Amino acid sequence: MTDDGFVWDVSGLRKLFPLRAGVLGSLLGKGQYVHAVDEISFKIKRSEILGIVGESGCGKTTTGRLLLRLEDPTDGSMLFHGTDIATLKGHALKDFRRRVQMIFQDPYESLNPRFTVMDTVAEPLLVHDVTDTIKAREDLVAQALEHAELEPASQFLYRYPHELSGGQRQRVAIARAIVLQPEFVVADEPVSMLDVSIRAGVMNLLLRLRDEFSLTLLFISHDVGVTRYMSDRIAVMYLGRIVELGSSEDVIAKPLHPYTQALLTSVPVPDPRFQRGRAQIKGELPSPINLPSGCTFHPRCPYAKDICKTTKPELREITPGHFAECHFAGEVGLEAPPGAPMEAPAP
Amino acid sequence: MALLEISDLRTYYTVRKGEVRAVDGVNFYAERGKTVGLVGESGCGKTTLAFGILQLLPRNARVVTGEIRFNGEIVYRATLTNELAFHLNRDGTPESIQAAIERRKRSLDLDRTTQAGGILWPLLQEDAYLIEDVEKLLGENGRNREDFKETLADLIDRHARSMNRGFTRRSIRRALEARMSALRWSEVSMIFQGAMSAFNPVYRVGDQIEEAIKVHMELTAEEREARVAELFELVGMRPERAKEYPHEFSGGMKQRAMIAMALACKPDLVIADEPTTALDVIMQDRILAEVRDLQRELNLSMIIITHDISVVAEVSDRIAIMYAGEIVEEGPVVNVFDRPAHPYAIGLLGAFPNVKGPKKMLEAIPGSPPDLVNPPSGCRFHPRCRFAQDICVRVAPPHIEVESGHLARCHFAKEIFQGDLA
Repeated sequence: MTDDGFVWDVSGLRKLFPLRAGVLGSLLGKGQYVHAVDEISFKIKRSEILGIVGESGCGKTTTGRLLLRLEDPTDGSMLFHGTDIATLKGHALKDFRRRVQMIFQDPYESLNPRFTVMDTVAEPLLVHDVTDTIKAREDLVAQALEHAELEPASQFLYRYPHELSGGQRQRVAIARAIVLQPEFVVADEPVSMLDVSIRAGVMNLLLRLRDEFSLTLLFISHDVGVTRYMSDRIAVMYLGRIVELGSSEDVIAKPLHPYTQALLTSVPVPDPRFQRGRAQIKGELPSPINLPSGCTFHPRCPYAKDICKTTKPELREITPGHFAECHFAGEVGLEAPPGAPMEAPAP
Repeated sequence: MALLEISDLRTYYTVRKGEVRAVDGVNFYAERGKTVGLVGESGCGKTTLAFGILQLLPRNARVVTGEIRFNGEIVYRATLTNELAFHLNRDGTPESIQAAIERRKRSLDLDRTTQAGGILWPLLQEDAYLIEDVEKLLGENGRNREDFKETLADLIDRHARSMNRGFTRRSIRRALEARMSALRWSEVSMIFQGAMSAFNPVYRVGDQIEEAIKVHMELTAEEREARVAELFELVGMRPERAKEYPHEFSGGMKQRAMIAMALACKPDLVIADEPTTALDVIMQDRILAEVRDLQRELNLSMIIITHDISVVAEVSDRIAIMYAGEIVEEGPVVNVFDRPAHPYAIGLLGAFPNVKGPKKMLEAIPGSPPDLVNPPSGCRFHPRCRFAQDICVRVAPPHIEVESGHLARCHFAKEIFQGDLA
């Protein structure tokens, strides 16, 4: 096993979901596919938080599920500490699963209503046969709860989900995810169901856990503001592809891809004096079944030229560590979208 | 005069555990041609307040006190027996009963001058009898009677029963319902949360909008069709698409069709309940821009209900922040964002991640919103408030005006506003 400081080295990852083609279609071999994840590559360093942001249907959740092997990839390699996860089987796969965990979006759905907090958080311990005695399990669970800021743990151990608030439930889900002390956690929209006043607490908790356990996180969200707050680096996904990747401040302050620019211009700003520009983007998201030719963004792109219709752009490094998948990324006129002031006018 | 005026509204839900005080003593208004944003977290009562305006509440809801006026005209009012019973149970002092009676008399006087056709005369009559009886009781010697509360309770009970018996109650209800259904959609309409499921999947979108027009406007079939086409163009869709079914529409288009439906009968006031919550950010931005343009173009009054303060920051003139069934802060949107005076508002603004400007640490508000069956004593925010003092536990704070038109419901609103408490 090689360790070059990267927890993940993903390249050319693809996931196609077949559509039901019918008898005739399958006989003729005319299967149609949803291109959920389409050749994406990225690396994640140890104790780094990589944020994936994009609109619904862009493939961000599928990416997270692929990394945990909750889905099998169609193509590509996913090296976890140098071992390709894509082909793991049997014991090796179970071993891997002990080292990775997931936090789901909806704490009202992801906890079994008939399980006490103890049952929920202890389940991974049972599955992986970590301890023999009830006492030892209880201790580990209590520890995990306290790490998730559910204190004192004894007060929560034997409660049921319906006795907890939304924020507390999500903390239970977090405790379940960290009880095995994993190296890597996928957090799929972990705060989008929570109210604003609760949300900041859960985000700060995740940041603290990262620092304390050198946890590596894949943070998936549709909310650009939340992703910026959480992530060291951000990957912007559009129609199954990573169209921009860079440090979160670079991506937020100097977006290179026209899609990222449109996305950022569209985010409402909690400041009534701020005058936002309008996103220069046309139409609606095309179907992920019949992808547009060339650059998949070209039908909506305000800067599209002929080359965009015919040739697929590569994910290129425009400035150090800042990648964009656009033929014209970094060229004049693209740094800031036209008519969109990026900074607030002085009051 | 404001277009819509709500005063002292209390709407409770009866559940197994007791009563959920979803809206508890709310004063609220919407001005002509302006947009007001109603912000709060889930379960704070914002949707109950909005549905109460149109009387679209579920059966277990009960309006305990308060009234709603549209254009100065009464459209809903809690019965006087309910209102007196509420004050009797809460503190039961002759003073609070007296105040309730005075309020009702003022309200009835206003009705006499504004009510066209006098459809509410039976209500006036009933109230007049009860007011007379209560005032007799409140007279010098009654006020000090030891059995004041019992006597009043008897009185309320007797009137409630006599009202239930006669025609009066039913005719009042019918009159109010008739008035409300005339008002609904033609004067006040609503953009519902979740446009995805607001349309019936087996009817064409255009036909569903036409149906609303048919009920509320007297137009011929051709005129109706023309109106639908006009509406589709207004919200930026090709009129031919009116012939399509909801499943042929994308999320953003369904939302547009929903807006078209809300505008169908040229209302004066549109209530939008989380109009963009289910949409992706780019579509949200387009719909909000459209809503804002339409509001200006048609000089509409709007109430936008949302949990997202950044949406309110962009589209509203005024903001009202709700917490645990009460409006805790309200005022012009710029003033409230610049200098919030309620600790909850400060917390809400400080917990919101931004994509503009430098990254700042977010601060969570400790704890979680209270159970509205047993809300905390005194100020409902005190268990989560970092400024809380003894008085906050005991006494419900008044609305304090910190600057013109900017109110906060906090004992220390002035100090917070002036920065003396930080």
